[in-house]
Amino acid sequence: MFALRPPTLPLMLMLACAPAVAAPGLHDAPGLLSETGLYADIARREVAADVIPFSPQYPLWSDGASKRRWIRLPAGTAIDASNPDAWVFPIGTRLWKQFAVGRAIETRMIDRIEDGSWRFVSYVWREDGTDAELAPVRGMRVATQDGDYRIPSQADCRVCHEGAAVPVLGFSALQLSADRDPLAPHAETPDPVATDLDALMRSGRLTGLPADKAPRIDAPTPVTRAALGYLHANCGHCHDNAQDAGVPTGLLLAQRVADPAHNDAVLASLVAPADRYRPQNLAADTRLQVLAQRMATRDPRAQMPPLGTAHVDTEGLALIQRWLDESSPTAQGGMP
Amino acid sequence: MTRLFPPTRMSRTLLALGLLTSAHAALAETPVERGRYIVQSTGCHDCHTPWIMGPDGPGPDMSRALSGHPQDLTMPPVPSLPEGPWLSVVSATNTAWAGPWGVSFTANLTPDPETGMGKWTAKNFRDTIRSGRHLGRGRELLPPMPYPVYNNMTDADLDAIHAYLQSIPPIRNRVPEPLPPAAKTAATDAAN
Ligand code: HEC
Repeated sequence: MFALRPPTLPLMLMLACAPAVAAPGLHDAPGLLSETGLYADIARREVAADVIPFSPQYPLWSDGASKRRWIRLPAGTAIDASNPDAWVFPIGTRLWKQFAVGRAIETRMIDRIEDGSWRFVSYVWREDGTDAELAPVRGMRVATQDGDYRIPSQADCRVCHEGAAVPVLGFSALQLSADRDPLAPHAETPDPVATDLDALMRSGRLTGLPADKAPRIDAPTPVTRAALGYLHANCGHCHDNAQDAGVPTGLLLAQRVADPAHNDAVLASLVAPADRYRPQNLAADTRLQVLAQRMATRDPRAQMPPLGTAHVDTEGLALIQRWLDESSPTAQGGMP
Repeated sequence: MTRLFPPTRMSRTLLALGLLTSAHAALAETPVERGRYIVQSTGCHDCHTPWIMGPDGPGPDMSRALSGHPQDLTMPPVPSLPEGPWLSVVSATNTAWAGPWGVSFTANLTPDPETGMGKWTAKNFRDTIRSGRHLGRGRELLPPMPYPVYNNMTDADLDAIHAYLQSIPPIRNRVPEPLPPAAKTAATDAAN
């Protein structure tokens, strides 16, 4: 999302002879947001009857942009949740996420197309708010009241979404649980009509999920629970070993509602001795300490997450710091 | 004499196709062989194998093949270039590159699990070349790694490169992290 500021020019110069990169197409995505089925009446911002709002309990940090999210499942279909951590969405599923900074800036859409693959596009709102237009494959910049805003390239969409078992990141058993975490940073008050797991199961739109009790991170303290939830939502889609796209750094940050014991592996991976890169070689004994340092920098060589954000999440960082202070995890002693 | 089946254009094409197919079969390679061929013909050694001076001039030191910038070679400060068209400076090893992006050091591509690519899946490697980011998910790769060129390779060829790189001898060599551009160092330090 960010450009490594100085290198862009030399990179272009040095690779000037490189043939153009074949960009994945937009797969015939509609040219206007009003044509995607999100709105019944875009002028009045009236959402279509078959579109359902939702609100994940642990939102992703997006530099403070306010966000709204919706899903539409094709009529008569249901999500198969027999693997509670990797839901199978029916062909034709569409999800939208709107980002606002003062005014609506972009609405991203991902949908599962005919061949079973996922399409990633974004629509950039016209300044007059009449509609939003399909963004170029390479992304673009938009001026906002808070400065430049980066619309992601398609490649960047895939960098984050394709690290996880399912590219739908915020619509999952843990995220939609009715047992919401009161300490989650940037928690939103869900829309009164927003759906959750119970509503989805009652309406038959979600099948196969064991209906025993609302999923919840099984942690010894409320701060630990919130910290693990934050790391799951902001880092877990890449830092996981569930499939071959996860990054093999040894750090495991994704939760498994189907396997609460996996939490031990998560905690163990955090208290392991720090190995690879630390910014400016600051002293750090554990991976968790490195993690806090990398959350606290926007040096492009070290920042975490590496894209999608140009500003440190001070609230999220404060939670991780509080957790570090409270539990003083050590490589030897483990975590209380 | 009359030929029962004069060679039509169609039959000639079929014959040619048959020859091609059998020639291809004779050349059938394993992914590792294919990967070696690609690595040797697309410049990986130029940058990822440290160069040394030999009797016939400089060349890659194949005893350290593809192990990246040597960890014990600490580079002195980058000489500053005068204003003008010169853009970047390269170490004698061809493994440290300074320019407006700072200093980049070529990566260890051998399968050493801690300092090289031993833990990388084929997908991690493919995603790196496709996205131009570390492990396909992390920071953007710096010049002069020509990933936009290699992005033109097929998935099968990228998988073959990965298979070959996993088959070569592992070399333990921790390549330094890149350095920020000179003008930015103070600001970056302050940010940390
Ligand atoms: C012109 C020099 C050059 C050539 C040729 C080159 N590389 Fe690189 N490569 C680099 C540099 C420099 C880096 C480190 C970039 C950085 O740190 O951001 C790098 C990084 C990489 C990385 C990323 C490693 C990581 O940890 O993220 C991989 C993988 C890689 N190269 C593979 C290859 C392969 C395979 C070839 C041949 C097909 C190749 N490179 C050819 C210069 C080159």
